[in-house]
Amino acid sequence: MDQFTGKIWVLGDDIDTDIIIPTEYLALKTVQDMAPYAFSPLRPELAGQIKEGDIIVAGKNFGCGSSREQAPEIIKALGIQCVIAKSFARIFFRNAINNGLLLIENDKLRDAVSEGDEITVTINEAIMHHGNQYPITSLPQNLVDIINAGGLVKAMQRLNHVSD
Amino acid sequence: MGLTIIEKIVRNNIGKEAHPGEIVTVNVDRVMIHDIFIPFVASKFEEMGFTKIWDADKAVLIYDHLVPASQVDDTRHFRIGNAFVEKYGMKNIHRADGICHQLMTEAGYVKPGDIVFGTDSHTTTYGCVGAFSSGIGYTEMASILGTGTLWIRVPETIKVNITGKLPENVMAKDIILKLIGDLGADGATYKALEFAGDTVENMTVASRMSMSNMAIEAGAKCALFTPDEKTAEYCGIELTDKERDLVGDADAVYCKVINYRAEDFVPVMACPSNVDNVKPVSALLGKEIDQVFIGSCTNGRLEDLMAAAAFLKGKHVAPFVKLIITPASRKIYREAVANGTMAVLAEAGAIITHPSCGLCCGRTGGILTDGETVIATNNRNFLGRMGTSKVNIYLASPKSAAACAVAGKIVVP
Repeated sequence: MDQFTGKIWVLGDDIDTDIIIPTEYLALKTVQDMAPYAFSPLRPELAGQIKEGDIIVAGKNFGCGSSREQAPEIIKALGIQCVIAKSFARIFFRNAINNGLLLIENDKLRDAVSEGDEITVTINEAIMHHGNQYPITSLPQNLVDIINAGGLVKAMQRLNHVSD
Repeated sequence: MGLTIIEKIVRNNIGKEAHPGEIVTVNVDRVMIHDIFIPFVASKFEEMGFTKIWDADKAVLIYDHLVPASQVDDTRHFRIGNAFVEKYGMKNIHRADGICHQLMTEAGYVKPGDIVFGTDSHTTTYGCVGAFSSGIGYTEMASILGTGTLWIRVPETIKVNITGKLPENVMAKDIILKLIGDLGADGATYKALEFAGDTVENMTVASRMSMSNMAIEAGAKCALFTPDEKTAEYCGIELTDKERDLVGDADAVYCKVINYRAEDFVPVMACPSNVDNVKPVSALLGKEIDQVFIGSCTNGRLEDLMAAAAFLKGKHVAPFVKLIITPASRKIYREAVANGTMAVLAEAGAIITHPSCGLCCGRTGGILTDGETVIATNNRNFLGRMGTSKVNIYLASPKSAAACAVAGKIVVP
């Protein structure tokens, strides 16, 4: 069973795709170029503080707004292991899975944690925080496979025995 | 425990019951790709390593946003699309027949109970015939072309009951705008809308189409109507028992139930620049306008053009107003010529364009500039949608739009 522990960054409700990456930076050449500006309208310092393996815990409707696939790509490029939110906007949810970013829905964790806490996620089972357990709905194997492959293009390449 | 319409469609597709929140893999009955995204779909498909479309006859490619080409670069999309169709043996391609969402039902590609995905957010339209249809990105479309499957999260359902007789000056468009205003732009995110009640039973499929088309503006994943005799006639089929059963059970579980009395509806408009900024037309009276647009996959059907013509017969568009009419398909265009509708519109001073997405996606046929105001029957009034970011776009029904075109200002039809 996949399990990981990480430090959390806590965000509010309705974190839209313009907050995740403002339109003015979308013309930059690569996702790596854009990543330093992630969340800049809300917390300009945040992108520089996030470390490989950290976790974002947020409120409802995370990723609402436009269909830009760069939003989940940038969160992944920052090294975020997974985003746990009360709910996700539909297009962001699909784009995240397809880009290999793990998302977990939980409506109680957000109000119980503080920024900087450590949590342990056991995929398809539960989140542990300060001795409290928050059950999570299991993802079917095909979605786990997409995430583990690093996104839908890579998962399909694996299916077709194409090496990149 | 009973099931909602979407729960029945999913059950019939995967062979077992699945409940809201569960993630399941469905077998896709049909896909639609339009001209804007075909280059991306084609390159992702090959990057993924596919050499064959899972079932080439289930894929439909439609050129509509860029037809006829208005910029030299647009033709690249047609070149890539034509090459893709040739290489992978696709037969279903429409190069100048109309708007994708109109053609998918009109040309018989979608049947009740089907599961359909398209590279366009307004793919929710096919719920008008009881199909589960939703928009996706080009990466996912490429994977469906290779595998014939897609994962979905089974949505909860919001039931909308509408009973009674609508006032004469109210159209289906006013109902869906009112609903979006009441729900808010994210009020139905992840969720299915399910319409019921004698008002929607008495509606034409075309009117139901205007409503399912705009469900995405409340964030909905799909918007479903129960297939009935009108659906059967429209689709040119006999309904099977399974299709007749696509009705929400009395003991189905809904996350919300909304009840409207048809008599309470009034003509409304979605004001700049959010679709959920909905106000009664009576609260907007007198606002001067520069242009009126009657068309799009929301309101470019024969009944829409006829509603406008009934109002415009013997009248003339105000001197400073451009009235642009864009039929949703070539078939609708022909029918409107044959029954005299086009003649009435032309006599009244309308500019009639070829069937396409046209002005709705801000590419051709009536782009506006700073400070100008347009009354439009399409589905989005976002900043910059039909020209510069300082254009005021009011979304309205064809009846309201026609009345405003004659008056040169906002009036109640």
